Amino acid sequence: MASAVGSSAAVPFWRAAGMTYITYSNICASLVRSCLKEPCKAEAASREKVHFAISKWANGKPEKPIVVKLYVMA
Amino acid sequence: MYRQACRRLLLRPSARAAAAARPFSTDLPSAPSQDTTFVEAWKKVAPNIEPPKTPLSYLKPRPQTPTSIPSKLTVNFVLPYQAELDSKEVDMVIVPATTGQMGVLPGHVSTIAELKPGILSVHDGNDVTKYFVSSGFAFVHANSVTDIVAVEAVPIDRIDPNLVQKGLAEFTQKLSSATSDLERAEAQIGVDVHSALNAAITG
Repeated sequence: MASAVGSSAAVPFWRAAGMTYITYSNICASLVRSCLKEPCKAEAASREKVHFAISKWANGKPEKPIVVKLYVMA
Repeated sequence: MYRQACRRLLLRPSARAAAAARPFSTDLPSAPSQDTTFVEAWKKVAPNIEPPKTPLSYLKPRPQTPTSIPSKLTVNFVLPYQAELDSKEVDMVIVPATTGQMGVLPGHVSTIAELKPGILSVHDGNDVTKYFVSSGFAFVHANSVTDIVAVEAVPIDRIDPNLVQKGLAEFTQKLSSATSDLERAEAQIGVDVHSALNAAITG
């Protein structure tokens, strides 16, 4: 992620800090869910659990076996 | 308006060679509903058996780009857990793109826009429906179909103002006390989202 800045393209602040878009948009979504009124908030709680895998690539191959991140917002 | 300008630019002699090599996406005919090469190869090998149906034949083919600008915009607004709007014909949508509020009318130039947390409003005659979108993308196609995808979108009246104020104060405080890059980024995201929520309920 840090190497992306080397290409002089303007990157958003979250990518410059090492975050991927999926992480960013899931954080935004869970923040919005935490600001909902009561009945909707309880239904939204079931959507909080997110599970995705991130793998870094080098030379056209994945660097090591996929790093699985279980990303469950509190 | 922009579509016509692009077309005129493309027809200049210098660009003609490039234009002839690859069709402009506004001039495509309707998509094929059957893979003809597969069917012909099958008939050669097994002429008496019906060729099996491929996924392509189950799909609704992409219609030809209309030659004149359609009068209504077709909107598909989807979330991971449900489809809010499914091929709804409306007059205009205003999407909260990272480059600012963008209004999409029928005949809008093809665009891909990344969305920031903000209000999406759908205008149909005199009805305006507003949603708060957490983030996502909006794709405007040449045939005036707009696909909007978001992770979370709520009607504005479901937002609790007290929780928004509390969250804004909490994240502003976290931003000033953040140490690492990642913490600062997360606090900044919190401040952005809560300020957008605040603007949505008060605006």
